[in-house]
Amino acid sequence: MEITTGWYLVLGALLFVIGGTGLLIRRNPLVMLMCVELMLNGVNLSFVAFSRTLGDIGGQTVVFFVLVVAAAEVVVGLGLVVAILRRQPGSTADDLSALKG
Amino acid sequence: MVDTLVFVVAAVICLVGALGVVLARNPVHSALMLVMTLFGIAVQFVAQEAHFLAAVQVIVYAGAIVVLFLFVIMLLGVDRAQNLEMSFLPVQKWAALLFASGSLAVVVALIVVVGEPVTGVQAMGGTLGGTDDARLLARSLFSDYVYAFELTSLLLVIAVIGAVVLVRKPKQTNPVAAEDGGGS
Repeated sequence: MEITTGWYLVLGALLFVIGGTGLLIRRNPLVMLMCVELMLNGVNLSFVAFSRTLGDIGGQTVVFFVLVVAAAEVVVGLGLVVAILRRQPGSTADDLSALKG
Repeated sequence: MVDTLVFVVAAVICLVGALGVVLARNPVHSALMLVMTLFGIAVQFVAQEAHFLAAVQVIVYAGAIVVLFLFVIMLLGVDRAQNLEMSFLPVQKWAALLFASGSLAVVVALIVVVGEPVTGVQAMGGTLGGTDDARLLARSLFSDYVYAFELTSLLLVIAVIGAVVLVRKPKQTNPVAAEDGGGS
């Protein structure tokens, strides 16, 4: 059995869906951020698969930018989590409804 | 044959790690499972001749981001974080299941039905493959994508400043004390 591009795309889609489901069902803000990382990795895998199939380095360049944005996102997200949990220890995503109208 | 074996083993590692991230009750276990998934992805990158990205994946993700996660978990206290177990809103569980099955069915059906999912035009600048992907990536990054590259530096500066501002201890907002501090 030969591994074609479609297999990599299916694996990327599986990772994306698992991450998205975790984002919906978990209430711990830290685990939700990890699930976002899972989704980004699924997309990265698809980008690299397309890049290899088409012989275009642009896909790998986009993956590079996704890595940078993911790092920035985690830094700001964890800063928010630390700031919130310092004020309200043990709160989940459902408790953070202070801005609700 | 070896390609198939590498793909299957790395895919199993990825999927087990991903399910572990979602299902583990302890956030520390979730972070360690995330490392497992990231290593699996790095193996897939190597299998597709993206050696530089595989190295960056291990260094940035496993070396920096997951360590940051573990650092925050330890900062907030493990026992406090363990209280945040899975708890479902009644509707949310079914909405999540619907999202998962629906989107997965659509994507897989598209890939399987279309058969040949890649319909783009082959690049003119020669083929990838071999071991000079770092050189090609650097040339692309500093020529075609140079403005985006400069903007990421701005993004990183903003992220650092934002993180510092967010986690700074709030100052005592006692007006008398502030007035004294200003006067002396």
